[in-house]
Amino acid sequence: MKPKHQRLILAAVALAGIGGAGVLAASALRDEAAYFRTPIEVQGGKAEVGEAMRLGGMVAKGSIARQADGLTIRFVATDGKASVPVEYKGIVPDLFGEESGMVADGRMRADGVFVADRILAKHDERYMPPQMGEMPKNMKAPAGV
Amino acid sequence: MHAYANPTRFLAIAKPLTPWLLGAGLLLVLGGAFAGLTMVPGDYKQGETARILYVHVPSAWLGMGGWTSLAVAGLVQLVWRHPLSGIAARAIAVPGMLFTALCLATGSIWGRPTWGTWWEWDGRMTSMLVLLFLYAGFIALTSGDDGQRQGGSLSRGAAIYALVGAINIPIINRSVVWWNSLHQGPSITLTGSSIDGALLWPLGLTVLGFSLLFGAIVLMRMRRIIADNRVAARLRRLADEED
Repeated sequence: MKPKHQRLILAAVALAGIGGAGVLAASALRDEAAYFRTPIEVQGGKAEVGEAMRLGGMVAKGSIARQADGLTIRFVATDGKASVPVEYKGIVPDLFGEESGMVADGRMRADGVFVADRILAKHDERYMPPQMGEMPKNMKAPAGV
Repeated sequence: MHAYANPTRFLAIAKPLTPWLLGAGLLLVLGGAFAGLTMVPGDYKQGETARILYVHVPSAWLGMGGWTSLAVAGLVQLVWRHPLSGIAARAIAVPGMLFTALCLATGSIWGRPTWGTWWEWDGRMTSMLVLLFLYAGFIALTSGDDGQRQGGSLSRGAAIYALVGAINIPIINRSVVWWNSLHQGPSITLTGSSIDGALLWPLGLTVLGFSLLFGAIVLMRMRRIIADNRVAARLRRLADEED
């Protein structure tokens, strides 16, 4: 066997090893590297009361309610399987709205309401001209969170 | 493949190719940018800020594509020991890092109005930042080393570093699929695009244009490294003759 073939085999074996290690590490990080938890995970007991965490989901249609003080809003975050009520006091990003994605920093209160300190809007992967955005929902591609 | 590993043959092709790549790349980038800024409508939800994608997406593609080619060059260096592959890796590192930085910067500028934050430690952003640091490490490893004076080949360490770093590329690509992330999922996949055709076509122009520009920059840098090596070799010969 020529030395260059030996080196090729060695490199291939090493690459396979590194690749395998990378995949293992990535799959082990599956939960830890998640930027946020979803409502179904929160309902499944993955959130301790008072523990700092991020909750991500769609803002349910018709759920945004501004409270009497004019600053606090309440809405329901949903992932289609479960939903969690959220309370937030402050200014939301421009793209925050019903039926669009959001990520909230905060913690669960004992009464099951997620109290957010900060809210980010999450954009989805769809880009289209404005006139198409007004088309009926069922004519568009399914929304991803 | 061996034929093109010869620097003289390489130069015979690279020299006339460079101005064509440069010219076509500039034309496409300018045309794509013009179309993206004036001819197509804004996004239905984000409005005008979505237009940054005509720079952001090509930058991300070249930052990741740059490291992929750098890793291939590292493999060729390790196995076949072609000095030209080392020269290519050295030439790719700087523009690769530049486009990675451009991707992070444009993403951050877009993130502020869209998400409401300049930066978050989510999977996509963190792995892209790691890529930037990988480039910095590679440039540090390969500048001023012996190989730079002796034909441009990479040290074994630098070649292995390039290969190991390639692990990050599929991680960046899959980060939005594997983990919940603030960054949206992939818009363009093998099965189609969720960017509407009316907004998509300038992106094709800028992706191709920036890629050609990248190629031109790499060829120019490779020619410069080869020229430097020749000057250094000639000086060594002169010094030997004087002894």
